[in-house]
Amino acid sequence: MALLELEDVVAYYGAVPALHGISFTVEEGSIVAILGANGAGKTTTLRAISGMVKVGGGLRFGGRSIAGRSTEEVARLGIAHVPEGRGTLSQLTLLENLQMGSCLRHDRRGIDEDLKRIHEHFPWMRQRSGQVAALLSGGEQQMLAIARALMMRPRLLLLDEPSLGLAPTVVQSIFRIIRTINQEQGVTILLVEQNARTALRTADRAYVLEVGTIAVSGTGDELARDESVRRSYLGY
Amino acid sequence: MRALQRPQTVLFLALLLLALVAPLYILGAFPTLEWTYVFAFLIAMMGINLLTGFCGQISLGNSAFMAVGGYATSILVFRLGWNSLATFPVAAALAAVGGILLGIPALKLRGLYLGLATFALAISSPTLIRHFDSLTGGSQGISVPPAEDPFGLVASHALTSEQWLYYLALALAVAFFLFSRALLRSDVGRAFRTIRESETAAVANGISLTYYKTLAFGLSAAFAGVAGSLDAVTTAYVSPDSFDVNLSLSLVVGAVIGGLGTMAGPLLGAIFVVWSPVYAQQIFKARPDIVYGVLLIALMYTMPQGLMGGYYRAMAWYLRKRRASRGAEAGPASGPESVTPG
Amino acid sequence: MGTDPLLAASVQGVLQQLVFGLATGGIYASLALALILIYRAMEAINFAQGEMATFTTFIAWTLVTQVHLSYWIVFPITVAVAIGGGIAIERIIIRPVERAPILTVVLVTLGLFAVFNGLSGLIWGYTIKTFPTPFPVRPVFIGGVAIGIQDLGLIAVSLVLLLAIYLFFSRTRLGLMMRSSALYPESSRLLGVRVGWMLALGWGLSAGVGAVSGMLIAPITVLDPNLMQAVLLYAFTAAVLGGIESPLGAVVGGLLVGVLLALVGTYVPGLQDLRLVLGFVVIIGVLLFRPGGLVGRAHVTRV
Repeated sequence: MALLELEDVVAYYGAVPALHGISFTVEEGSIVAILGANGAGKTTTLRAISGMVKVGGGLRFGGRSIAGRSTEEVARLGIAHVPEGRGTLSQLTLLENLQMGSCLRHDRRGIDEDLKRIHEHFPWMRQRSGQVAALLSGGEQQMLAIARALMMRPRLLLLDEPSLGLAPTVVQSIFRIIRTINQEQGVTILLVEQNARTALRTADRAYVLEVGTIAVSGTGDELARDESVRRSYLGY
Repeated sequence: MRALQRPQTVLFLALLLLALVAPLYILGAFPTLEWTYVFAFLIAMMGINLLTGFCGQISLGNSAFMAVGGYATSILVFRLGWNSLATFPVAAALAAVGGILLGIPALKLRGLYLGLATFALAISSPTLIRHFDSLTGGSQGISVPPAEDPFGLVASHALTSEQWLYYLALALAVAFFLFSRALLRSDVGRAFRTIRESETAAVANGISLTYYKTLAFGLSAAFAGVAGSLDAVTTAYVSPDSFDVNLSLSLVVGAVIGGLGTMAGPLLGAIFVVWSPVYAQQIFKARPDIVYGVLLIALMYTMPQGLMGGYYRAMAWYLRKRRASRGAEAGPASGPESVTPG
Repeated sequence: MGTDPLLAASVQGVLQQLVFGLATGGIYASLALALILIYRAMEAINFAQGEMATFTTFIAWTLVTQVHLSYWIVFPITVAVAIGGGIAIERIIIRPVERAPILTVVLVTLGLFAVFNGLSGLIWGYTIKTFPTPFPVRPVFIGGVAIGIQDLGLIAVSLVLLLAIYLFFSRTRLGLMMRSSALYPESSRLLGVRVGWMLALGWGLSAGVGAVSGMLIAPITVLDPNLMQAVLLYAFTAAVLGGIESPLGAVVGGLLVGVLLALVGTYVPGLQDLRLVLGFVVIIGVLLFRPGGLVGRAHVTRV
């Protein structure tokens, strides 16, 4: 089933158009990657979904239209968005960051279970619960941001450039986590990446954006194997 | 002589003419008195306009400087027997000194903190007045004999005393208006505007923040001082409560409502501040503060640049439409310093 | 053991003034806290904080003296009304200018100052009223020193209030959401938090705290529409002294201001009625020489 559908979506920063009518779908349970150069409109796509920019066109989540809804409403519908820069609540502690993820939920037991599971995957998070989040490394903050998003028990997880500024080994860990979340918990993931190689290895499907429109699309494997696509659009 | 042909000059002279004949043929005693207050407040608001509208420094404490002027005049007349007209320059000077003294710490304060500090000044100044009661008469205040008219016009029944006070106030208001207009067109005015837009840019251009900010504070205080003196002789009484924080509020409200950074704004503001309590009591039976407050809030939603700002925006919109439909160059819009508060 | 009676008398006097200073200081700290709550959420100062508190204090007065309800019922009712009023004011009056330049917001709060001051005068007039106190006026003797029960009561209530606020923000989920919304509004929205309502709640809490400080100070001074102007000034002083972004600073600042004013007022001849001016001088002094206040930290950037 298509969890997220974009149909001829246009997006504006003020009066300036940044997306010129893009259409794609994200099937439930899949990992979809949006690739492209800087300024192609990748981040704008995620911001459009989260109601952070002015949007036109068809935007549907779980069959319901979400175009024009406010950021917090979109989040409440089950879309967790980890923005560029991770959105770490820097002055709050690690635990408080996680607690903010679950702040709207009322199922006490579910929250405790989820927290326990996160601590199992990331034992260091339990040990450093009281540490101020600003003191974490880039990779740790990225993991914290993903963990916090998971605390929302989202249906769809939006990740904006999860590899940004991270060392290659850390990037591998992050993407391993992404695959695990998707396989074990069935979380649908839409990620935006500059690091196309790693993204294509993880994604089921990928779309390449160029100046606000979709230039190429295909499965992760297809695009990874297509040399002309890689050289023209993905830089390798 | 081209200046005489510009619409603003014509309007100004027409209004001046109207103002000159009004008390003789149109206005009764009470309205004449009210208009005298309008001119006094006009002077105070022109001071605020200079400081906040053109130089960008928030001050909520000008009531303190009106107090300096009002009390200077009262004390000199009442205790030392001075001629009240002679006290005006002294009041202006003393108030200016006070303004400069405030300006020194104010140099380091910006925006919100400056507003906070000057607000504190407004709250605490009545206490200071009450404290030196041997000089100021404490809470009782001082009764001031009204200004003598050196031309003997009142004595010879050519004018009533209200009319004399009216013309005195009008003369002072016009003088201060011409002075501030000349000031704003000079390098000083340019320096003020630069500081308002960006202090960094000002410093980069070699403009001394210390000199100009202190100047702005001093001038604005001097204006307030003269306004206070006028108020003192017109009311024939001063007390600490006449210069409390509500006065500062009404000055700020009036200046903002009229339109900061415009030349006509202070006049509109002064008219509003003096006449709205009169109507408030007749129509709403409400305290004037409530009217001020509601109007201030409503204005912040719709016309943060005040009435004059709203007028200029409307004019600009109209001219744009005309230019678009004609496809020809319209005349230069007589733009104001459009200042959005903040 | 022979104690010099003059020394004992002066020590007793200092202790009494100290207690009185802490009592009034607690009130200033509470109002300062109300100011800081809003400042942290919006970077704006609510100049109308005092007048809103005066208004709610008058409501309490009416409920006690005209409707003859017990003080202990009126207290929570008034606080509840204040909280509701604060939320309403934010949602209706402040919301349209939430994103406007700071000076616009300040002018709106100045407008509120005028409106509330006028309303208080209009509804209740300017004749001085007495506000009932729930505390007995006798002194109690601690170690031979006569301490007013009222002062101790005020200190106790302030402590409870400050503790409650602290616990609310540090231990509860809602408090966490409010902190997060104030510091990181955009990120909080991405987590589904209705940041606008968190701001409204902040105004509500502020108004509630203000109501408490109004009801605490009213019995020890005269109740008229200008009740809270002095308290507002001292609250500004406390907030600036403590560091305008720091709640702990508000408490420390408030207590310091209270004690300073009590001691100066009693022991420095001639300054008794200049305490407001002293407050002003302290504000200017701190802003000039140590703008971060005693406890405050450097300016934080927001996301």
